[in-house]
Amino acid sequence: MSHRLQVKFGDITLKNPIMPASGCFGFGRDYAKFYDLSQLGAVVVKATTLEERIGNPTPRLAETPSGMLNAIGLQNPGVEAVINEEIPWLTQFDVPIIVNVAGSMTEDYIEVAERISAVKDVAMIELNISCPNVKQGGIAFGTDKKVAHELTKAVKKASQVPVYVKLSPNVTDIVEMAEAVAEAGADGLSMINTLLGMRFDLRTRKPILANQTGGLSGPAIKPVALRMIYEVSKRVALPIIGMGGITTAEDVAEFFLAGASAVAVGTANFVDPYVMPKIIQDLERVLDEMGVKSITELTGKGWS
Amino acid sequence: MIPFMGSIIQNEQIADRIYRIVIENTTINEKNQKQMIPKPGQFYYIRVNDTTDPLLRRPISIQDFDGKRNHIKMLYRTEGIGTTQISQKKIGEKLDVLGPLGNGFTIEDAEENGSVLLLGGGIGIPPLYYLKKELVAKKVQVTTLLGYQTLSDSFLIDEFKALGETRVASMDGSIGIKGTVLQLISELEKWDTFYAVGPTGMLKAIQQKWGDTAINGYVSLEERMGCGVGACYGCIVKVDPSIDKKGYKKVCSDGPVFSFREVIL
Repeated sequence: MSHRLQVKFGDITLKNPIMPASGCFGFGRDYAKFYDLSQLGAVVVKATTLEERIGNPTPRLAETPSGMLNAIGLQNPGVEAVINEEIPWLTQFDVPIIVNVAGSMTEDYIEVAERISAVKDVAMIELNISCPNVKQGGIAFGTDKKVAHELTKAVKKASQVPVYVKLSPNVTDIVEMAEAVAEAGADGLSMINTLLGMRFDLRTRKPILANQTGGLSGPAIKPVALRMIYEVSKRVALPIIGMGGITTAEDVAEFFLAGASAVAVGTANFVDPYVMPKIIQDLERVLDEMGVKSITELTGKGWS
Repeated sequence: MIPFMGSIIQNEQIADRIYRIVIENTTINEKNQKQMIPKPGQFYYIRVNDTTDPLLRRPISIQDFDGKRNHIKMLYRTEGIGTTQISQKKIGEKLDVLGPLGNGFTIEDAEENGSVLLLGGGIGIPPLYYLKKELVAKKVQVTTLLGYQTLSDSFLIDEFKALGETRVASMDGSIGIKGTVLQLISELEKWDTFYAVGPTGMLKAIQQKWGDTAINGYVSLEERMGCGVGACYGCIVKVDPSIDKKGYKKVCSDGPVFSFREVIL
C-alpha cells in the first residue's frame, strides 16, 4: 500500500486523513453494513456524555440550500454503554478510534474523559465544546475563551490520550478561542462544528425544528470552515482536523491548503454512504494532478 | 447494499399532485436479490439530482414491484423542491436510488384464511397496495379502507378493488362516504391484524380506538430523514419504555413499520 495518504498525529499514524465527523456516523455500525471500516483513517464516534441522553424532540432536521440543519441534542447511550458495547465492537476494525466527549458540567467532561481514555483502544479524545443544540453545556463552553481554557486544562489532566478540541464557529474571533485552548495544553484542534441557523415552515408559521435553532452543515458551510482553518492554522501551531461540507477529494485538498492535517466528512455520508471510501480512492489522483507526492506536503500550502 | 442508477420507465401525474414513477433496477441478480428485491413497507431513498441542492435524498414508499422485469413502482406527492424536481424527470433518465431500506410489514403472522384490515390515508396509501397483493397471494382475507381529502387527489381505488373488498372515504364526501377512514370501520366486523399508513392524526386515532383491545396491528411512520440508514438519529420516534427500555427507535432503520402499541405518537 502506498504511504502517500498517511498522516501522523504525534504517536498515532493514520493510513489516510479521512474520518467521519462525529455525529454523522453513529458508532459505525450503520456504515459497516456498506463497507469495511478499516479503510478509513480513523473512526470518530458520536458525542458521548456521562449519562444516557434521549436528545431533542422531532423534527430534528431541516434542509437548506446545499446544507441541512440538525438539532439532535447529543442523543447517546452514555459513557458506560459506549465503553461496554460500542468500543469493543469497533475494535474488530484496524482503525484508530476517536471518541467525542460532551457534557453539561466540567465534572461530567472530566469523568467521561477519565473513563473513556482509560480504554486501551481509544486513540484520542475530541473535546466537544461546541454543540449548539443542547440547553446546557456544549456551546456554552466553546464561546467563552476563559471557560474553554479551564475545561481544556481539566480534561487534558484527566485524559490518558491526546485531546483535540472541537471549536465552534459561532464566535466573533475563532483565533482567540484556538489560542486559549492551545495554551491550556490541547494536542490539536478539530474545526469547525456547525453554524447556528433556523428555518421556518410557511404553513405553520413556526420554526421547522422542534428545537427552533439547529446546526448548519454541508457544502454551504465549506467556505466558512476554510476561512477559519486558514486563520487559525497561521496563528496556532497545533494540528487541525478540518471539517465543514467536504464531499470530494478535491475538497480534502482544499482543506489541506487552508491548513488542515486531516479531515472529517459529515453530512456527505447521508447523501452517499460510500463517500469516504470514494474520496480515499480519488485522493491519489488529485495528488497526481497537483504534482504532490505526499498529502502532508499540502498542509498550509495555501497560506500567503 | 449499493446505490443503483435506475432507468425511469414511466413518470406521470395520476391525480392532483400525485405522480407515479416506475424505475427499472438492472442490477438485481441471483447473488444480491435477497437484499435488492423490496418487501412491502420498505422504502427507497432517492437522490434528486447530482448537485448538492437539494442535498438530502427523498424517502419514497413502494407501491408495487414487478419481479419479472425488476420494475419498481412508486407513488409520490409533490411537496417541495425535491419531489417537484423528481416530477420533471423524463423517461429514460437515470435516478440514483439507495435501497430498499428499512423493515417492511410483518406478514408472517397473517395466516391463510385469516382476516386483515388495511387502513390508508392520503399519500400513505401506496405501500398498502404491494402489501395487499402479497397478502392476497397468501389467501388472507383482506379488507381495505382508503381515505382521501377529495376526489381530485384520489388514486389507486380501482387497483385496490381488483384485489378485494375496498371502501373509500373523503373529507368533503366527493368520493365515497364523507369523513375519515376511521368512519369506514364497521363495529360488526372483526380482524386478526391491521396495517395502517397515513397522517399522524389518523394513526393516533387508531391507537386510541384499538389500544385496549386484543387486535394485532402495525403502523408505518413518516419522519424527516437524514442518512436513511440509522446513523444520524434524525428520525427518532418515542417508544413505550416498557416494550423497549431504550425509549426510542429510528424510523428509517428500526421502522418505518412498528407494532402500533409500541410507538408514542
